[in-house]
Amino acid sequence: MDDHSPLKQTPLHALHASLGARMVPFAGYDMPVQYPAGVMKEHLHTRAAAGLFDVSHMGQIILRPRSGKIEDAALALEKLVPVDVLGLGEGRQRYGLFTNDQGGILDDLMIANRGDHLFLVVNAACKDADFAHLQAELSATCDLTLLDDRALIALQGPRAECVLAELWADVATMRFMDVAEADLHDVPCVISRSGYTGEDGFEISIPAASAQDVSRRLLEHPDVLPIGLGARDSLRLEAGLCLYGNDIDTGTTPVEAALEWALQKARRAGGAREGGFPGATIILRQLADGAGRRRVGLKPEGKAPVRGGAMLYTDAEGRAEAGVVTSGSFGPSADHPVAMGYVDSAHSGNGTQLFAEVRGKYLPVAVCALSFITPTYKR
Amino acid sequence: MLKFTEEHEWLKIEGDVATVGITAHAAEQLGDLVFVELPEAGTSLDKGATAATVESVKAASDVYCPLDGEIVESNQAIVDDPALVNSDPQGAGWFFKLKLSDPSAANGLLDEAAYKELIA
Repeated sequence: MDDHSPLKQTPLHALHASLGARMVPFAGYDMPVQYPAGVMKEHLHTRAAAGLFDVSHMGQIILRPRSGKIEDAALALEKLVPVDVLGLGEGRQRYGLFTNDQGGILDDLMIANRGDHLFLVVNAACKDADFAHLQAELSATCDLTLLDDRALIALQGPRAECVLAELWADVATMRFMDVAEADLHDVPCVISRSGYTGEDGFEISIPAASAQDVSRRLLEHPDVLPIGLGARDSLRLEAGLCLYGNDIDTGTTPVEAALEWALQKARRAGGAREGGFPGATIILRQLADGAGRRRVGLKPEGKAPVRGGAMLYTDAEGRAEAGVVTSGSFGPSADHPVAMGYVDSAHSGNGTQLFAEVRGKYLPVAVCALSFITPTYKR
Repeated sequence: MLKFTEEHEWLKIEGDVATVGITAHAAEQLGDLVFVELPEAGTSLDKGATAATVESVKAASDVYCPLDGEIVESNQAIVDDPALVNSDPQGAGWFFKLKLSDPSAANGLLDEAAYKELIA
């Protein structure tokens, strides 16, 4: 990122200022890292009630098939992702990955079937590259639009459904990963039952001009607090979810990243549309034989947080390398430090003790499941 | 005598021993602390050396030794309950007591008025 280019603002920028947010640069945007409640309270509030996040920096892309047939857009997108897009029903969404020829991950994204088009949500830092990639590969069959007139907010937590039901009663009929269109205060929105916290919740695409009004009304509810990027990070880490650029990147494959669940049967060996995505040879081989390293959860045994970048060893003297931590923090809901990282497959079994190098010391950590909380998705 | 550093530490100096902590401004900027690591009694430290580490949910930060000296006591209470640093940074949230090699060196630090100007 060029340090001299001016930071972009989301449609909710003025709202953040009025709420007393502390702003930081993130992926080229001036974004709220925390509000006056602070990261700890914001995190715990989201798991106890409901939190409102501005994620308008993320890219929203519409993929419209020239033929008018959604199958054509699905098959076109399948050339870039190892995901069953064709089998995604209307009004449904699933997680996906753009891969490269080496099997690395160019970005992770959400793919929704909106009936006559596909709707994609991609990471802020990757959105221009993703859009160029899509245009280069798919412009023969699809019309592509990177929306610049929509905000995106997330309402997350056990009270999210009740809060949203006050604006739209039918919200209770949605299941996890459903996508629907609804008017919130007469503003046409696209709502998905999904999120990045491990909690039940919704992500809502709103016309930019109305985003502040809708957000303010949601914040008027006593159960809702605004939540910054700080708590967003600790929430997703406790839920075992990847942050692109930290936990997955062009140097990690979906199999190494323990994201096999995102690769449906239809795209695997023996499937109806086996392979046919960048890096398929490598990824299908790893699906069959495993990879040399694997993303795992890591629970530090002491109180000291172990941060991204810390090296992992099999011994307490730092002689035999076992891997590296990619994200680490204190987990406010877990009430202990939480981390994830890549370890040699030989050391990836749950309960394996490893040692993380922190300020010249070797602190014991235990390999564990990726999620430190029990997700509350409404399946 | 109460002194401050540009690194947002306070020193309450009695004779040749300084009680050292971080300022309310620093505690507010760091946010909720979840971990504190303190130096052991008997450790000799030069001015500017890393004396302690504090961690919030988001990040780790160093606390520097404000003057040359020897650690004579550390505050176990903030190790057991790091939130004390946020709730009472200039009282119960003190970090360590430092026996100063040269008490007169404290004259070179900021007084309260100068520190307030620094953070204004």
